[in-house]
Amino acid sequence: MHWHFPEDLKYTGKHEWVKMTDQNGKKTVLIGITDYAQDKLGKIVFVELPETGREVKPGESLAVIESVKAVSDVFSPVAGSVLEVNEGLFDTPELLNEDPYAAGWIVRLAIADEAEYAGLMSVSEYLTFVRQAEEEV
Amino acid sequence: MKKGKALIFEMGHAGRRGYSLPPLDVPPKPLAELLPQELARQLPLEIPELSEGEIVRHYTNLSRSNFAVDLGFYPLGSCTMKYNPKINEEAAGLPGFAFLHPCQDGSTVQGALELIHRTEECLKEITGMARFTFQPVAGAHGEITGLLVIQAYHRARGEDRRRVLVPDSAHGTNPATAAMAGCEVVQIPSDARGMVDLAALQKAVDEHTAALMLTNPNTLGLFEEDILEISRLVHAAGGLLYYDGANLNAIMGYARPGDMGFDVVHLNLHKTFSAPHGGGGPGSGPLGVREELAPFLPLPVVEANENGYYLDYERPLSIGKVHSFYGNFAVIVKAYTYIRMLGADGLKQVSTDAVINANYLMSRLKQTYHLPYDRLCKHEFVLSAVKQKKKGAAAADVAKALLDYGMHPPTVYFPLIVEEALMVEPTETESKETLDQFIAAMEEIDRRIGENLTEITRAPHSTPVGRLDEVKAARQPRVRWSREKDREKD
Amino acid sequence: MGGQHFLPLTQLERQEMLGAMGAKSVADLFQDIPGEILLQGPLALPPTLSETEVFQHLSSLAAKNKNTREYVSFLGAGVYDHFIPSVIRHIIGRTEFYTAYTPYQAEVSQGVLQSIFEYQTLICQLTGMEVTNASLYDGATALVEGAVMACGITRRSRVLLSRAVNPFYRQVLQSYFNGRSYKVEEIPLQSGKTDPDQLQHSLSEETAALIVQTPNFFGLLEDLQGVADLLHEQGGLLLVVADPLSLPIFKTPAEYDADIVVGEGQALGSPSSFGGPLLGFLATREKYLRKLPGRIVGETVDINGKRGFVLTLQTREQHIRRERATSNICTNQALNALAAAVYLVTLGPQGLREVAGLCLQKAAYAREKINSLAGYAEAFPGTYFKEFPVCIPGEAPALNKKLLQSRIIGGLDLSKFYPELQNTMLLCVTEKRTCAEIDLLVQELEAWR
Repeated sequence: MHWHFPEDLKYTGKHEWVKMTDQNGKKTVLIGITDYAQDKLGKIVFVELPETGREVKPGESLAVIESVKAVSDVFSPVAGSVLEVNEGLFDTPELLNEDPYAAGWIVRLAIADEAEYAGLMSVSEYLTFVRQAEEEV
Repeated sequence: MKKGKALIFEMGHAGRRGYSLPPLDVPPKPLAELLPQELARQLPLEIPELSEGEIVRHYTNLSRSNFAVDLGFYPLGSCTMKYNPKINEEAAGLPGFAFLHPCQDGSTVQGALELIHRTEECLKEITGMARFTFQPVAGAHGEITGLLVIQAYHRARGEDRRRVLVPDSAHGTNPATAAMAGCEVVQIPSDARGMVDLAALQKAVDEHTAALMLTNPNTLGLFEEDILEISRLVHAAGGLLYYDGANLNAIMGYARPGDMGFDVVHLNLHKTFSAPHGGGGPGSGPLGVREELAPFLPLPVVEANENGYYLDYERPLSIGKVHSFYGNFAVIVKAYTYIRMLGADGLKQVSTDAVINANYLMSRLKQTYHLPYDRLCKHEFVLSAVKQKKKGAAAADVAKALLDYGMHPPTVYFPLIVEEALMVEPTETESKETLDQFIAAMEEIDRRIGENLTEITRAPHSTPVGRLDEVKAARQPRVRWSREKDREKD
Repeated sequence: MGGQHFLPLTQLERQEMLGAMGAKSVADLFQDIPGEILLQGPLALPPTLSETEVFQHLSSLAAKNKNTREYVSFLGAGVYDHFIPSVIRHIIGRTEFYTAYTPYQAEVSQGVLQSIFEYQTLICQLTGMEVTNASLYDGATALVEGAVMACGITRRSRVLLSRAVNPFYRQVLQSYFNGRSYKVEEIPLQSGKTDPDQLQHSLSEETAALIVQTPNFFGLLEDLQGVADLLHEQGGLLLVVADPLSLPIFKTPAEYDADIVVGEGQALGSPSSFGGPLLGFLATREKYLRKLPGRIVGETVDINGKRGFVLTLQTREQHIRRERATSNICTNQALNALAAAVYLVTLGPQGLREVAGLCLQKAAYAREKINSLAGYAEAFPGTYFKEFPVCIPGEAPALNKKLLQSRIIGGLDLSKFYPELQNTMLLCVTEKRTCAEIDLLVQELEAWR
């Protein structure tokens, strides 16, 4: 597989990555889409981001990503409230294609329950998951 | 950036004019008296100034960079790009039709009302429905009108049904319309045959079902063979059956939606009945209904009595209006002209030839392209470019390569249930030579993918512009012209 | 059999093709239609006509109508008898334009795409707004789309609708809104205009938009100064219905800080055609670009860096977003939009101001003459453009019947739409009406009372 998946991240079955960070002693998570997801979506042209302060439940649509001829939701992997969104994506949505794990992060959430984070896939689990998805095709 | 064709805003010269207007022949009043300063426009009006000849040349040159049915083969699936008879245009251009005001007294528009009435009689017979409204001006407009009628019908029976079932092969307008009508969309999967999955349908229908929206033949070009069972299932649950008439061209004189059990039908006069597409409109999407639903049709409908024809507004159960007036009358004139020239035998022959042409193309092209649903088709069929994709050229590349053969490509990436879809609808107005040329082009493209892939993936090469960057257009939308100096500020 | 000249296959070819695909007869190709519904006999349609016969038949139907070329018309109400330059018919009559489909294959559709891009720019110029789409069905459905858009942007479901908005449009909005959870509240009239006190009173934090028309249905200019601020303070939007031919001289919706502008573009180069095809337009602020319904053409470059045009932002539309699309609309009125673009550049800025000025002067002349007739009176005071209501000494249908005898198509009977306005007629005077025609109308009115 030619996609890159960093070791230190957690992953979801909807092809999102989640990174736990400590911000002034508060646990927050950064969320983005994986290299696999950006490759499948193709060139991304627009990202619709949530308002800060919004409370989200796991599985709720957090952002909408558009390529020229497709629209996909980014679903929140955990419960929490939106602390920050990556405003750079408004003008340069291509960051999601070019640098999905760093400059292309999408939102930062204040996580409500850390156990939810622990329950997400590890990189090896996600690799198996992607392999299976590819075989089905 | 290299210059393409000049925009009209980059032409002309201050002080030039392209018009001549009647004189002011009434005693003029001071402008300030009629147009107080606080109500006057202050914004500049930056519209170019050109002479008549320059304008004609600009648009004539623009027209030359456009493909059209009159220029070549247009096998665009689901769009029925048939030849548009010229007599249609002459009929619609008669001053007695073109220069009628919709609010004129009924006594002064008897011919127009008679024409609508006669067209309605023809469409009733062709579809097996009881009444038509001509207000919808497009297929999607017919759909929303149909769903509003269906909702009104259920409400009148004391039921609030808000679920609309839509097959996964449906036109995008079906679910979008359901949402616009405030309904919830339930998607019904297709089975291995490419038809509505009866078991899934049975599970989905219940007391909340407002309607099932169906195209028959469906978007794969296949006749829904279980249509009578589908009709029974939906009706048994108290739902109604909606017919998307996009594909009527396959079955005229062979079968009628009314006989299949459909309660509501929209037609596309710009597809089946030969009105030209106009580069994207105007169209016409009349809506037909079964007798029980007729009271809910939009206001007004054309009626006749001993004094002649009239517009009937006395319809208390009507959903109201869906268009300023009576729909795209000029398009109705064209469709009526066509129906009268073809007649019953001619319309049946239209469907016969449309189906012969499609099956002929399908039987030949399936040797080179994958045919996911390999069975008798009606007026269109769906190929998949998966074999070509493996070699590096997607359906979109095949489509762009066809442009260099002077042909319009098939519809691509629709229906969504077929990967790398190429949806081919030849129509009945194409000759066997044209079909053979298309087959030869499609086969040659397949060969060239193996020989010189980049030539295909960079196609087209002979069109007025090369392959266009849709990503750039969507990332930095520029949807109106502005001066270069203003652009830098953006 | 009719229509053979449209069907190239010969009997021999049909047989040959059936053979090539392994079918014995045509019946084989329709065996998938269940026997119970397979039609046995021919459709009962009227007899087939040849081209000569069909044209005679259509001509005789057309001849039963009284058309506005042979009769002098004073009807308006949203569809107008304005001058149509001859070039328009010739340009939209180019077969490359009118027999093309939607420009999905951009490389062979630059003609349609560039003309729509130019149309979009012209509509922005005219209205003063920043962005617009490739056109909608008509003014009424453009209003619906604008209202739905406002509800979407504000996430509110209540619109205030002035009673001075074209009643046809109001009916269409009501039909569409009956299907869903949106609500319409009507703002009553005060002397022919939107009642400002009622407006203030009805405006709340639940208001998605106020819909007003100017010049309104009676031809009166509404006073919109400060209205946008009132709405914006409460988080609502101002939606203005505009007559495009008033905009060259009257204050634009943009100058009133309107958020959405809709209207009917038939006056820009399309004949009245018994009310269709028409041309709906919808323009708005750049920040709402992605909330626009319908097709939009955008500029880009080709593989060689050359400028070109494509349909863009298609993810808003039904074929991609399906039930989450901004609208179900799939087509536009491309040929009418082309006519409008040609009209606007043919007239140019000077010509457009002249057309508007001629309408203004001629309508004022007619209004003054008619209002001064004994038995006739001005319905409302105010600033008018090209239409005006007149109180007449009797019922409008009776007067119109009389006018027809002098080959005049009179005005609209307002009592049908406003029961409070009995014996009131809405007249329209465009630049095409001559002084002599107006004088004839005045003379007939005088004779009738």
